[in-house]
Amino acid sequence: MTLVGWLQISLTLIAVLLAVKPLGLYMNRVFAGERTFLSPVFKPVEWAFYKAAGIDEKREQNWIGYTFGVLLFSIAGFVSLYVILRFQDVLPLNPQGFPAVAPDLAFNTAVSFITNTNWQSYGGETTMSHFSQMAGLTVHNFLSGATGMAVAVALSRAFVRSHMTTLGNFWVDMTRATLYVLLPLAVVVALIFVAMGMPQTLDASVTATTLEGVKQVIATGPVASQEAIKQLGTNGGGFFNVNAAHPFENPNAFSNYLGVFAMLVVSSAMVYTFGQMTGNRRQGWALLSAMGLLLVVGIGAVYWAETSGNPILTHLGLDPLQGNMEGKELRFGQSGSALYTAVTTGLSNGGVNTMHASLTPLGGLVPMFLIQLGEVLPGGVGSGLYGMVVFAILAVFVAGLMVGRTPELLGKKIESREMKYAMLAVLVLPLAILGFSALAAILPVGLAGLLNKGPHGLSEILYAYSSAAGNNGSAFAGLTANSPWYNTTLGIAMLLGRFAYIVPVLAIAGSLVAKQKVPASSGTFPTDTPLFVGLLVGIIIILGGLQYFPALALGPIVEHFLMLAGQTF
Amino acid sequence: MSSQAKSISLFDGAILAQALKGSILKLDPRQLVRNPVIFVTEVVAAVVTLLWLRDLISGSGTPLFSGQIAAWLWFTVIFATFSEAIAEGRGKAQADSLKRTKSDLVAKRLKAANGTEYDTIPATSLKLGDIILVEAGDLIPGDGEIIEGVASVNESAITGESAPVIRESGGDRSAVTGGTQLLSDCLKIRITTKPGETFVDRMIALIEGAERQKTPNEIALSILLSGLTLVFLIAVVTLSGLAAYSGTIMTVTVLAALLVTLIPTTIGGLLSAIGIAGMDRLIRFNVIATSGRAVEAAGDVDTLLLDKTGTITFGNRMATEFIPVDGISEDELANAALQASLSDETAEGRSIVALAQADYGLSDTVPKGKEATFIPFAAQTRISGVDIGTQQIRKGAVDAILKFAGLGKDTAPQSFQKAVDSIARTGGTPLGVAENGRLLGVIHLKDVVKPDIKERFAALRAMGIKTVMVTGDNPVTAAAIASEAGVDDFMAEATPEQKLAYIRKEQEGGRLIAMCGDGTNDAPALAQADVGVAMQSGTQAAREAGNMVDLDSSPTKLIEIVEIGKQILMTRGSLTTFSIANDVAKYFAIIPALFVATYPQLGALNVMGLHSPQSAILSAVIFNALIIIALIPLALKGVPYRPVGASALLRRNLLVYGLGGLLVPFIGIKAIDLIVAALHLV
Repeated sequence: MTLVGWLQISLTLIAVLLAVKPLGLYMNRVFAGERTFLSPVFKPVEWAFYKAAGIDEKREQNWIGYTFGVLLFSIAGFVSLYVILRFQDVLPLNPQGFPAVAPDLAFNTAVSFITNTNWQSYGGETTMSHFSQMAGLTVHNFLSGATGMAVAVALSRAFVRSHMTTLGNFWVDMTRATLYVLLPLAVVVALIFVAMGMPQTLDASVTATTLEGVKQVIATGPVASQEAIKQLGTNGGGFFNVNAAHPFENPNAFSNYLGVFAMLVVSSAMVYTFGQMTGNRRQGWALLSAMGLLLVVGIGAVYWAETSGNPILTHLGLDPLQGNMEGKELRFGQSGSALYTAVTTGLSNGGVNTMHASLTPLGGLVPMFLIQLGEVLPGGVGSGLYGMVVFAILAVFVAGLMVGRTPELLGKKIESREMKYAMLAVLVLPLAILGFSALAAILPVGLAGLLNKGPHGLSEILYAYSSAAGNNGSAFAGLTANSPWYNTTLGIAMLLGRFAYIVPVLAIAGSLVAKQKVPASSGTFPTDTPLFVGLLVGIIIILGGLQYFPALALGPIVEHFLMLAGQTF
Repeated sequence: MSSQAKSISLFDGAILAQALKGSILKLDPRQLVRNPVIFVTEVVAAVVTLLWLRDLISGSGTPLFSGQIAAWLWFTVIFATFSEAIAEGRGKAQADSLKRTKSDLVAKRLKAANGTEYDTIPATSLKLGDIILVEAGDLIPGDGEIIEGVASVNESAITGESAPVIRESGGDRSAVTGGTQLLSDCLKIRITTKPGETFVDRMIALIEGAERQKTPNEIALSILLSGLTLVFLIAVVTLSGLAAYSGTIMTVTVLAALLVTLIPTTIGGLLSAIGIAGMDRLIRFNVIATSGRAVEAAGDVDTLLLDKTGTITFGNRMATEFIPVDGISEDELANAALQASLSDETAEGRSIVALAQADYGLSDTVPKGKEATFIPFAAQTRISGVDIGTQQIRKGAVDAILKFAGLGKDTAPQSFQKAVDSIARTGGTPLGVAENGRLLGVIHLKDVVKPDIKERFAALRAMGIKTVMVTGDNPVTAAAIASEAGVDDFMAEATPEQKLAYIRKEQEGGRLIAMCGDGTNDAPALAQADVGVAMQSGTQAAREAGNMVDLDSSPTKLIEIVEIGKQILMTRGSLTTFSIANDVAKYFAIIPALFVATYPQLGALNVMGLHSPQSAILSAVIFNALIIIALIPLALKGVPYRPVGASALLRRNLLVYGLGGLLVPFIGIKAIDLIVAALHLV
């Protein structure tokens, strides 16, 4: 670890913190339907959409209506994406002439993109036509992010309103999130990426002659536009197979930091918006602090583990000062790789600029554990916020009783209904991650996909299901996931991680919105203090992470001790 | 507050024996299924027992190990049911004595309401609306309303207070309770409650826990605990698959041990005991709650409506100061006031004598050798005094004294007028003192605020509870007393309608209100309040409207009730936190033990340096069982409540139960492991 490395990490995070407030305030206005500086441009577009779809902007939905909207929209998205992928051979913009995508892969990919996971069982440049990339995948990069944001906004409203049933209108919230937040940001970021040398073209490839005189075909395409929303919408699905390690997806150190900034900015600002909407900005900062604290520890852990290097390689005569450089890009170095690795997994982004399977065992444990914590650091756009609110509800309930009152969060009493739904949501991740991992670890179809044996192989399986259920989408590599077993089970894990979580969250919102807001007094358990931040961190680690400890012990932890003993896999 | 409570030793011998029996009976799975965490433990214990039998019969495996694990799993279940049984046992003793008062009651049912002829029937066949006759010495057969007569009643059977109370028809003291005894006179009573639903019946049911239903907060907590149990069930079941991949074959015994140590058995086992003990604590404060929900609501109360009289002030106005007119010394005035009050037997008169004696060292006798004629206090004259020789000393209401002295309002000395005005302004009552035609000064009478009440209100404020004084006094008097007592708000010239309106207004703002009352006109407000405490001395209507009855009829009880409500929630929260925090150490004990055969390198996680894999697992299971027993006293007594504000309270409890919960098992498991290893138990 070096001072310069830490400075680079700090500067990126500080830039995010500076952007949180203005963007948070802007989003608050957007979701309240107030006028913003972009209204003259987008208001007519917005109206045109409502008119075309027959939506009454003023008509709000109760939680069931809202949930119905989310599900209906996602199903429609799934069907349309599935059809595009299955028929890409006959659809336009297919200069490479790729065949139709296989059924199980099309299922997996369609699920992956509507759930904001962007797990890719395929290599983009060798599988997807430009039409599939642009009209299929990129569109869902926007829409799945906007769906998550809408759910978070609905939940936020539940804390403000009393004695009501409605949470807002899903179609309106989703449209506004896309038009006013994601689209303009994506345009700006895409242009900066293009300026940094990222390709943006409809050509299939360029042919170059190498120094040896060999002709080389270099794949290209509309990279910058997909890259921008990949980061902003915490999607992570890259244009190329190696994702952000590819020089076209991540040309230089600055694009690397801009990528990290773009990943973090919307999710973090959503937390500020939550504070603003609920009239308690300190609450927003408290949640953000808990997220930031765990994220910084995660970054530090990867950075430390990787710079500590691998004693086996040192024995072979490699320079220990370099740390473990396997699977890393020299142009990002240790700090740029550690930052990207922790952020992309703390965030449910899932883009990678480092091959996670090549990390040291402990370095690889961190991204896996960050995903298992529930993708709340600060998590996907919207999904991170509502995930964190679920944890806050649990923290308030467990510890809030200790002050001798029925626990309250932001003036709303947390009672059995909220508890029931929160526990349902919390159950989804271990069920999907551990359940499928255990099956894959004993079934031949599961074991068939493994590249490595021993604990490292187990880590590959665990990571894949963690990534899918957490809607992260990053891969540990090593695992050949493009098989009917993995495509199907990972698809199911993604669906569970997304919708089996969203439905209870909206049910919580439906329960809270009907409740009277209780005014705070000095007997109220304060949820915006450093004490609460510490408590929340403890609850996230114990309730969110503890159940994975045995599994992790058999994967990365034992691998670490074996590495120290000189054994590799 | 414990000084007031009837104390029962925590582990009374008789109760202990009963509880042991009860804890075995409660093992019935049909009953235990209400408590999911312990139910799962029982199922697991049964499975491990079968495995142990298999090991024993087939002679394979490790029967010594699996037998001990099975035994400790059963202990875990039994300790949990024992905690519930012991909590119930403490109430049972009280219920039994109540049952004795109930048995064999007979009623004299009048044939006609205005006649005297009656049939003697068993109390159990009384019907609503029956008119009965109760004569001196009789036990009153059922709850009812007096329609004729005045009598003294011994209510010690339910209140524990042996001094008789007066009950009379009409007014606020017309309710009688079945099981109490008439000491004098005779009463005609209309039965207002069906047999089996009377106050004593409900009391018995509550104390015995027969009517016990889970409170809302208990349900929410149960959901959390069940959810956690499911999470760990998933973690443990899937672990067998992951372990198989790694080449470790996990025995069911070991997985069972891991599961039971991880699921929150500590709080799961003690949960119902905490609730029962809380209700029991309330009963020992002589408060009967009709539901656990009300007790919990008490912990959430934001506003207390307190009657001024008897709660905030002593109830009688008392002399606090002598203010002489110009030219008269304080001692002179005090002496005259004392002399004039000797014949005044009212509380006010006595307080004047007491003040003169205490602050001026005067004696309560008239000067010797002189003939003294006392003029006692009378409501008509509003004056009392004494004639000693030619000295005519009088004290009394200001206008009456002015008349006695032959002065008008404007002819009285300036300093007299000033004193009277300033006393009236502060809400006090001025009394004039005169000797013959000469005004001596003014006595300041005021409603004396109880000495420690201000600190209590400050404590309540720190708890986040607003206090509102309710009084029939005029606004000036009310404001003066309110500021002296340190209440946050007051309601002067309060009517029952105003009280009701105030409660509704506060509730609309999301606040929970507690109040106490005794009169029939309090009933609507009592019913509307979230916590309504009716006085046992009050009317039947009030008792029906409230959700608690205070057998001591003491309005200050509200404060204790709130504290008990908070204690119940705090105890649950603290033990939940403790239970969850415990898991960290258990992982460190068991995980290396599970896999050390396959991966000896994982021994590095054995930070406690436990003796062997089997001893580590057994020690964790033993710790998990023993911690329940160790925490029973805390569950029964409750986590002490300190009125220091939520932040400070949370910090303290988080430190004790959160951090403590992290550290204690490391020490405990290590200690048990040393013993297990020393005794060669595995």
